Amino acid sequence: MSSNSFAYSEQSGGGEATELGQEATSTISPSGAFGLFSSDLKKNEDLKQMLESNKDSAKLDAMKRIVGMIAKGKNASELFPAVVKNVASKNIEIKKLVYVYLVRYAEEQQDLALLSISTFQRALKDPNQLIRASALRVLSSIRVPIIVPIMMLAIKEASADLSPYVRKNAAHAIQKLYSLDPEQKEMLIEVIEKLLKDKSTLVAGSVVMAFEEVCPDRIDLIHKNYRKLCNLLVDVEEWGQVVIIHMLTRYARTQFVSPWKEEDGLEDDEKNFYDSDDDQKEKTDKRKKSYTMDPDHRLLIRNTKPLLQSRNAAVVMAVAQLYWHISPKSEVGIISKSLVRLLRSNREVQYIVLQNIATMSIQRKGMFEPYLKSFYVRSTDPTMIKTLKLEILTNLANEANISTLLREFQTYVKSQDKEFAAATIQTIGRCATNISEVTDTCLNGLVCLLSNRDEIVVAESVVVIKKLLQMQPAQHGEIIKHMAKLLDSITVPVARASILWLIGENCERVPKIAPDVLRKMAKGFTSEDDLVKLQILNLGAKLYLTNSKQTKLLTQYILNLGKYDQNYDIRDRTRFIRQLIVPNEKSGALSKYAKKIFLAQKPAPLLESPFKDRDHFQLGTLSHTLNTKATGYLELSNWPEVAPDPSVRNVEVIELAKEWTPAGKAKKENPAKKFYSESEEEEDSSDSSSDSDSESGSASGEQEEEGDSSDDSSEDSSSEHKSDSESASEVGNKRTAKRNSKSKRKRDSEDGENENEKSKTSDSSNADSSSIEESSSDSESESESESESESRKVTKEKEKKTKQNINPLTKDVSLLDLDDFNPVSTPVALPTPALSPSLIADLEGLNLSTTSSVITKEVRLKTSEEKSRKIFKDYNPHIMVSTPVFVPVKTHVLLHRMSGKGLAAHYFFPRQPCIFGDKMVSVQITLNNTTDRKIENIHIGGKRLPVGMQMHVFNTIESLEPEGSITVSMGIDFCDSTQTASFQLCTKDDCFNVNIQPPVGELLLPVAMSEKDFKKEQGMLTGMNETSTVIIAAPQNFTPSVILQKVVNVANVGVVPSGQDHIHRFAAKTVHSGSLMLVTVELKEGSTAQLIINTEKTVIGSVLLRELKPVLSQG
Amino acid sequence: MIHSLFLINCSGDIFLEKHWKSVVSQSVCDYFFEAQEKAADVENVPPVISTPHHYLISIYRDKLFFVSVIQTEVPPLFVIEFLHRVADTFQDYFGECSEAAIKDNVVIVYELLEEMLDNGFPLATESNILKELIKPPTILRSVVNSITGSSNVGDTLPTGQLSNIPWRRAGVKYTNNEAYFDVVEEIDAIIDKSDDVSFHPCIRFKRWESERVLSFIPPDGNFRLISYRVSSQNLVAIPVYVKHCISFKENSSCGRFDITIGPKQNMGKTIEGITVTVHMPKVVLNMNLTPTQGSYTFDPVTKVLTWDVGKITPQKLPSLKGLVNLQSGAPKPEENPSLNIQFKIQQLAISGLKVNRLDMYGEKYKPFKGVKYVTKAGKFQVRT
Repeated sequence: MSSNSFAYSEQSGGGEATELGQEATSTISPSGAFGLFSSDLKKNEDLKQMLESNKDSAKLDAMKRIVGMIAKGKNASELFPAVVKNVASKNIEIKKLVYVYLVRYAEEQQDLALLSISTFQRALKDPNQLIRASALRVLSSIRVPIIVPIMMLAIKEASADLSPYVRKNAAHAIQKLYSLDPEQKEMLIEVIEKLLKDKSTLVAGSVVMAFEEVCPDRIDLIHKNYRKLCNLLVDVEEWGQVVIIHMLTRYARTQFVSPWKEEDGLEDDEKNFYDSDDDQKEKTDKRKKSYTMDPDHRLLIRNTKPLLQSRNAAVVMAVAQLYWHISPKSEVGIISKSLVRLLRSNREVQYIVLQNIATMSIQRKGMFEPYLKSFYVRSTDPTMIKTLKLEILTNLANEANISTLLREFQTYVKSQDKEFAAATIQTIGRCATNISEVTDTCLNGLVCLLSNRDEIVVAESVVVIKKLLQMQPAQHGEIIKHMAKLLDSITVPVARASILWLIGENCERVPKIAPDVLRKMAKGFTSEDDLVKLQILNLGAKLYLTNSKQTKLLTQYILNLGKYDQNYDIRDRTRFIRQLIVPNEKSGALSKYAKKIFLAQKPAPLLESPFKDRDHFQLGTLSHTLNTKATGYLELSNWPEVAPDPSVRNVEVIELAKEWTPAGKAKKENPAKKFYSESEEEEDSSDSSSDSDSESGSASGEQEEEGDSSDDSSEDSSSEHKSDSESASEVGNKRTAKRNSKSKRKRDSEDGENENEKSKTSDSSNADSSSIEESSSDSESESESESESESRKVTKEKEKKTKQNINPLTKDVSLLDLDDFNPVSTPVALPTPALSPSLIADLEGLNLSTTSSVITKEVRLKTSEEKSRKIFKDYNPHIMVSTPVFVPVKTHVLLHRMSGKGLAAHYFFPRQPCIFGDKMVSVQITLNNTTDRKIENIHIGGKRLPVGMQMHVFNTIESLEPEGSITVSMGIDFCDSTQTASFQLCTKDDCFNVNIQPPVGELLLPVAMSEKDFKKEQGMLTGMNETSTVIIAAPQNFTPSVILQKVVNVANVGVVPSGQDHIHRFAAKTVHSGSLMLVTVELKEGSTAQLIINTEKTVIGSVLLRELKPVLSQG
Repeated sequence: MIHSLFLINCSGDIFLEKHWKSVVSQSVCDYFFEAQEKAADVENVPPVISTPHHYLISIYRDKLFFVSVIQTEVPPLFVIEFLHRVADTFQDYFGECSEAAIKDNVVIVYELLEEMLDNGFPLATESNILKELIKPPTILRSVVNSITGSSNVGDTLPTGQLSNIPWRRAGVKYTNNEAYFDVVEEIDAIIDKSDDVSFHPCIRFKRWESERVLSFIPPDGNFRLISYRVSSQNLVAIPVYVKHCISFKENSSCGRFDITIGPKQNMGKTIEGITVTVHMPKVVLNMNLTPTQGSYTFDPVTKVLTWDVGKITPQKLPSLKGLVNLQSGAPKPEENPSLNIQFKIQQLAISGLKVNRLDMYGEKYKPFKGVKYVTKAGKFQVRT
């Protein structure tokens, strides 16, 4: 603000200048007058008084000033007693600032800090999750050892809290407690183990962080959660993603075998260093033949890929290092583009990314070669960035690009930044040694630089030329002469030393010059740098041995000077040389070999990248940046020779389900919670029984049929048949299924469950996000519009609103959590029971106004629907559309490539709510171009639809590359009939007539309802509305899981929890009219069963009956 | 992860410190100052410094150093990205990320830092969540607050943190909903570009991959939806050219400086906001120039010549001519300086990219949509 108030803030200890300034004039607060005149000590007295005051404004003001002091690093600890009294203040901001203070000083004032503990203990029991979470946060930040047991207890309780946000804070608290008291490790590991099983995206990152800090070696804790973490990854917040990816990289290196083939894996060299050639060959052969990637390994690689497009540089880098360390070599290439993109970011990001690229580019030139120009240096780049870019350019240099690069280097050599120019000269030297074609060109260029005006440039050139000449000793007399002349002018010691060494080495090639140089040097010996002195001695020795006639005396003179030099190294060297070259009685046999010793052929120095040795650090780590092992660096292990048992990652669902039954005591506490947990349990149990045998048989069967080749390309294309949100996990599942069938183990059932669970998670998260999308619309008119839109969303949204509306009023925690908690905690196979009707009833009881208003709103919008919907008016809470139990991967041919002149099309029902309209069934169409030319302008032409039927077409596809494939979404309103939708699929040149006829089961949307409601509805749909039939089949076909699997495969129905073992109920509603469709399978004596369908839509009811009957009867 | 944070200004004063674990003494910054001294230029202070007991990871933003203290292995980019996020948040809250702004709002800064990290691990970094927790200061609010004693802390309990989509609160409601797209393209003239994109987390990767449609639940407020790069082959043309003649005479204390800028393929749009910045060699003492248009300044200390050109009118191309005074006796500079050019073209996206359509699902009314295109110079350097 004004300079006035700024000056003021200086005096008042950095408090909020603006506010204080206004305080002073407003005279409402007493604080205004104080700060102005008081000294430091007195000021604290004022603060104490203000804190004692009974006005919140004064207290707040005092706290603000105190925080100002803390921020400046001034000591405010003597105020502790006065501050801590306010910990229970009603004013949120005062409270917050007191927390800030407490966390800062509690360690110093342990006894007083204990006074505040009870406040937090109370808050830990608060019904509001945010208050519980913040209490835990502050409590665990108070570093007072005496409260360790209290913290431990609080963490344990919070880790079982219904709110994922509280559980997240519990995960953070684990690390705090661990650093306060490492003795608690074992107990904390138990909590970590529990939280690792959590399926909330909020918790995942934090708990993995705790894992990494407390027990990174307990890799066994990850097994069971591995697939879940892979699948959740995309939805975790960005910071959590980084931590999880790093952890999973380590995990993968211990659990999977190397996907790198011998011939292209540099890393493998070390491993097989001691193996004999034969061995290695054998191994290579074996590996080549037998290597198939573990599907879990593939899952990780695939699920991290989209994160390469994250806006967060740390996430991109984390994925890049994951690819580098665990993906097959052929797939690493995709990270280059993303890393190069990061170079547009700020200098710090550039610095780290360039370092990592430098390491990578040594081993894999090809990866970054296409981006060569991205590493060109700008004159405005900071030197550290310039040097790194230069390093990379050098690594990328090859015969093809070297001439361009040298031209670029020429510019750099002239740079005003001399440090950089010097680095460029070294680079040129390295290029010269690495690429023999240009050695001479480089050498000539460097020689030209010897006449440069800048000494640093010349000196660097000398050093580099020296190295180059050493590699090609012959025919460089001219250059050496030129350099000898430089000795008169150049002062940089390294350069002088280099020249002397060169002359010494080549003294026989320049017989006239060498002695003269020695003469000149002898003259100025005493004033030379130590480095130069050593080389003068060497030169003397070499000349003495080759040309003693001319130089004997000179050398002895120099040796005498050296003998009395101040530097002991020089004295030592002098003594050593004298003994070796000057023959006397004492000198032994060695002097005979003096010439051989001094003038031996010396190996040429290797001009290597300084990044050569960094690759043993995991990329993207601090250790890699520093090139030393940082504290807490976790070594990346070598691939195991034999993969550990992959079955450890299979998840037993029952265990999980139990784990997630909310703590027993929650039941007693409040009715809503009680209901919730009961229903959970109920579902769990029915679920676990229904799942025990799983559906994997048929699922894998279908998948096999879809194409069993295990190579990646076919897998990719097949994955495109599936819905967007699921393709990733589905493909993973498919692989799992495949492996299972191959290995013939009895794990089938478990795996099947995994699959289901996986697709479940992705489903529910999807559904969740879509419902949130809607939640922005709130006004009544909008809700009407929603009624038009897909009604599954609507209902979901309503629940959400209901929940949210309740929250501020009743502060009932458990309700608020449901939407986070629900989708993830409900295990397998059951539709997410968003809110069951009786819970709604509970809600109504709990709060009066909001819920009921929401419900009436919904009622009202439903009434605007056609007559058939009326029936639901009274019960509308029952029609909660849930997520599909199962999505068959079966695709149908829309257009065969033969009849489509190379254009092939398949369609598939993703069972997802359609985004184009709430009465439409969503259909995904995958188009493949099997020709060798582009297919252009693919669109839908004429439609021939039965009356009432509507279709939302996909946008025109401009062009489809050869071998290309694209998946598009459509929506078709089939009007609850199985009539065929006929239309034309057109390209630029042709039009093909195609048809989509929906299986009756796809005209439904699953509904979640309770058994009671089901019976009630069923009671109203009797007579004409009921069709039934008797099924005869072997008893093994009547196990709950087989029935479930068969029914959901045919029809998109939801499962209704059943109290009777022999009755299975399924509920759905038709997409167009929203009529209920109730399916009952009642097992009878012997091997018969009664199949009953109750619906108003008798036509499709009987079609469904006809379709279900043979399926259920089949063996 | 992040142990402590120190904010340091250009003159080396530590004006704010915050600790998330036990307190680390300010003296740890001495290692930073040492490195800073060695680096000569602020830009060259290494972002990662190792000290005997800690590691310092720092960023330099708006003339301030954000120095974080780390004790154990952590991906450096994690910390760097986070520190930039902190600086962005300050910028967002106070309009500028300067020492004065931070000092003026020290309590808010502290509250923000408290919310952004828990035990050194990022907690809430999305600006709209933070704004729900802690309201940004406005003049009016601080007046009201000082009178009523109320505060900047939101009095309703925020629910944003509980959301599964961290970038949008639940239940956002406005009478008018508007969607504006700013298509800003920047041309890097030395660096070639290839087409690659990065997304805000709200974009559904899968839809993009399968249909090349950007499907997203928008955050409430301003945000960067995507960043993209277009490869140079597709790039139409560089919209400006520069004719230059810079020469220094050997053994003389003066040189000639002459540059002219002209439009090239401007597609009928005016190029405006042109600024030319030249880092002159050290031996240049002063410059005596005449611009045909705009104004120029030369800072004899930093040796930076800035020419504020403004618009180009094709009839009369702007030029800057004159003499350069060199330090007498010093050897002439062997390299001519590079010219850094800034410009702006309104209503044009040079890559040809356009916002084709905006479909909104789940809403009945049509929101107001606006699209604005701007092409700017990015890192645009002309070597002479």
